[in-house]
Amino acid sequence: MPIDDRELREFVAEATGAPSAVHIVKLGRRHFLKLTGISATGLVLGVGMHAPKARATGTATFVPNAWLYIDGDSIVIRATNPEVGQGVKTSLPMIVAEELDARWADVRVEQSAIDEATFGRQVAGGSRSVPTQWDALRRAGAAARAMLVAAAAERWGVATNKLSTRDSHVVHPNGEQLSYFDLARDAARQPLPDVDALVLKLPRDYRLLGTWVPGVDNHAIVTGRALFGIDHRLPDTLFATYVKCPATGGKVARANLDQVKKLAGVVDAFVLDGNGKATELMPGVAIVARDTWAVLAARRALEVVWDESTAAKDSVTAAAARAQKLLDADGEEVISRAGDVELALGAASRTVDARYEYAFVAHAQLEPQSCSAHFHDGRIELWAPTQTPARGIQNVASTLGIAEHAVTVHQLRGGGGFGRRLVNEWMCEAAAIAARVKGPIKLQWTREDDMQHDFYRAGGFHALKAGLDPTGRLTAWRQRFVTFTTDGMNAVSGGQLGKTVFPGELPAAHHMSQTKLAWHTPCGAWRAPGSNAFAFVVQSFIHELAVAAGRDHVEFLLEQLGAPRWLEPGNAWALNTERAARVIKFAADRAGWGRKMPAGRGLGLAFYFSHAGHVAEVADVSVDANRKIVVHRVTVAADVGQIVNDSGARNQCEGAVVDGLSAMLAQQITFEAGRAQQSNFDQYPLLRMRHAPAVDVHFLQSDYAPTGLGEPALPPLAPAVCNAIFAACGERIRALPILRAGFTV
Amino acid sequence: MLTLTVNGVERVVEEVDPATPLLWVLRDRLGLVGTKYGCGIGHCGACTVLVNDQPVRACSLTVAAASEFSITTVEGLASPDGRLHALQEAWIAEDVAQCGYCQAGQLMSAAALLKRKPAPTDDDIDAAMDGNICRCGTYQRIRKAIHRAAGGVS
Ligand code: FES
Ligand code: FES
Repeated sequence: MPIDDRELREFVAEATGAPSAVHIVKLGRRHFLKLTGISATGLVLGVGMHAPKARATGTATFVPNAWLYIDGDSIVIRATNPEVGQGVKTSLPMIVAEELDARWADVRVEQSAIDEATFGRQVAGGSRSVPTQWDALRRAGAAARAMLVAAAAERWGVATNKLSTRDSHVVHPNGEQLSYFDLARDAARQPLPDVDALVLKLPRDYRLLGTWVPGVDNHAIVTGRALFGIDHRLPDTLFATYVKCPATGGKVARANLDQVKKLAGVVDAFVLDGNGKATELMPGVAIVARDTWAVLAARRALEVVWDESTAAKDSVTAAAARAQKLLDADGEEVISRAGDVELALGAASRTVDARYEYAFVAHAQLEPQSCSAHFHDGRIELWAPTQTPARGIQNVASTLGIAEHAVTVHQLRGGGGFGRRLVNEWMCEAAAIAARVKGPIKLQWTREDDMQHDFYRAGGFHALKAGLDPTGRLTAWRQRFVTFTTDGMNAVSGGQLGKTVFPGELPAAHHMSQTKLAWHTPCGAWRAPGSNAFAFVVQSFIHELAVAAGRDHVEFLLEQLGAPRWLEPGNAWALNTERAARVIKFAADRAGWGRKMPAGRGLGLAFYFSHAGHVAEVADVSVDANRKIVVHRVTVAADVGQIVNDSGARNQCEGAVVDGLSAMLAQQITFEAGRAQQSNFDQYPLLRMRHAPAVDVHFLQSDYAPTGLGEPALPPLAPAVCNAIFAACGERIRALPILRAGFTV
Repeated sequence: MLTLTVNGVERVVEEVDPATPLLWVLRDRLGLVGTKYGCGIGHCGACTVLVNDQPVRACSLTVAAASEFSITTVEGLASPDGRLHALQEAWIAEDVAQCGYCQAGQLMSAAALLKRKPAPTDDDIDAAMDGNICRCGTYQRIRKAIHRAAGGVS
């Protein structure tokens, strides 16, 4: 039962940097501004634009776009991408507002429809929302501004180049002002600006970007208004649960459906065979009832006998034993090779040898999956907090065997994503149940469903050996990796080793290889896929090497980066060693690197480059005799280019530190007989407030275009803390979670 | 049939299993969806409401038991005229939320704390907020917002 996770792997490949995969939304030459008419609420200045669909296709398929309009006394800017806590519902409209010179208080943000042909990539993931939309959003704002300026110029009889704009007004050299709202009607009649000829602002002229702007949904959040997937309710909806085999792929042999159907409030109970795709619909039992509690109560009375002949039999203990054997030799697949690493290791004046490993982890976004669906007249409508709405449409169409145009998805806010909502099988389950029931349904997963049927971050095993010369320089690097495959061919998403895990040019003699173990339980993208684990291994081992060489960690790390340059010339999504060195030095400096620490307390540093973001972190950690640790403070220095929303950007870094710490401390999903052995927060602890460190965030703003921040601040956290634990007590941690070695908070 | 006092209003709930957790009655029957489901076992705090001013996990309290008390949910935190509670103002000013899913529960735990201790210390905050998980990691902002609201209150 191979799992087709091609989509997820592509997603991760995209997220880890091949520039050709970055579909920057770019406005084309053909564009127009038009009066779109009188709306229900007033005159609408519509900015319609034509944009090539995707640069990679090389075709000029132009379709209309609409990011903003002026309506009554609001400047309405459409938020196009899914909001799952990464802040794009605020930050993307800010980019439009900046070039428009709109006063932020005049802006109303409206969630757009799902229409990738119009808006480009509508995905929350890979820290890509900001970078892919950056150019289009700025031009959308600038084009509208140019029209408003032209309208004012006409009214005043002055040249456009004498006018300026500010706070939703065009300003005359004599100080007179005309508001955008006054000008909207005339602006709509102005000739079209050439989108490519628009002069965009220089970063130093930004008034809004880089400032602290609270989230546009804050008021609704603090007053408890319906916002999230779980909050959506259709009139006369029924409620549903879907029970799958705890071992992925098990089929329903028998179930006591007749008994269940008799229970109070139950409307129907039935078996769905599914289509065998873990990303769509696996076999299970659906129970439909008149409220959530009736559903859950009926579920407790449900008895299913599973046919597990083709189900997952995964065991982490068996996998670990096998992996340790495999690590004794080079892996079957060579990732990167140069020189003769064995010769170089033999000639080294000193070698260091270490094995690292990390557990499977679950996403545990706080809102369990929930989706409303209504199937009628051959069409289906869904209300879903997905990170990939367009893919959700495809998945649902495939599950139901209907055309994609018969599927409509409404975007709702997601209570956390972290990569879990890139996969939409819960939408497919809701769709399949809705197709069997008259009227709308709402599928509600339990926390247990969520934790036991995840697309997990796969565990992994590494054996590293490196050589140092007499001056303490790195001369040889050998890395063997045991990972997993669910399709028998490709490593699971986030489980593919690449030479970019090394911060700089690998030594002239190196050998990196991997071997894939067969695995059946689905694996997927977890915040900063790949990087979230490789950073721990590589940045911890580099610290081990610095210690063995008797050298300062910062100095040793900077030496690996080498001369200031883009590591892959021509690829602006690759590591830039100068930007890397700056954040490392900055974080070290702010954290007081090199100062004398009290006994039992130490500083640890790590750097990682991922999702085009350069981030260094220094952790200040105490360890006591009972192996209790306290993370006092984490200093974060990040270069992600221009900061869009200072508040949102800091929040992402603060959250990444907590998330990273939460995961490394005690989180692990273990599998035996194909079953996840953890099912709720009592067995899978999340960090609580009393253990949350202070976080100092520093942005080293550069004039580079902004890159996303949902992910890159997470990977350095675990190695920074582990390196600090070593500094504090001399014990090296080589397995996550650190609970395994008896460390607790 | 049961009668519940929620946000100062008596609400009649027809045909309800008395063992139903308050959480689902609030969400499914009364349409008060601010109170969230996160774990159902009292471990995450997303469902926190005030029961006679005490923070209680609504997933772990039956509606029958709840009917004897006065319940306040996040929808009842602001004044009836819409004026926000100092904590709500502080949450907006500190831009606490990321996904926002945990925040109703966080606000209710904080509200119970401020009722008891108008000027809490960091330790008071740690203790009072220990039952509330924020998966997105907004803890330091929550702390700041509580201090800000306390300052405004005193
Ligand atoms: S849902 Fe009640 S504590 Fe988690
Ligand atoms: S803001 Fe997302 S769980 Fe707290």
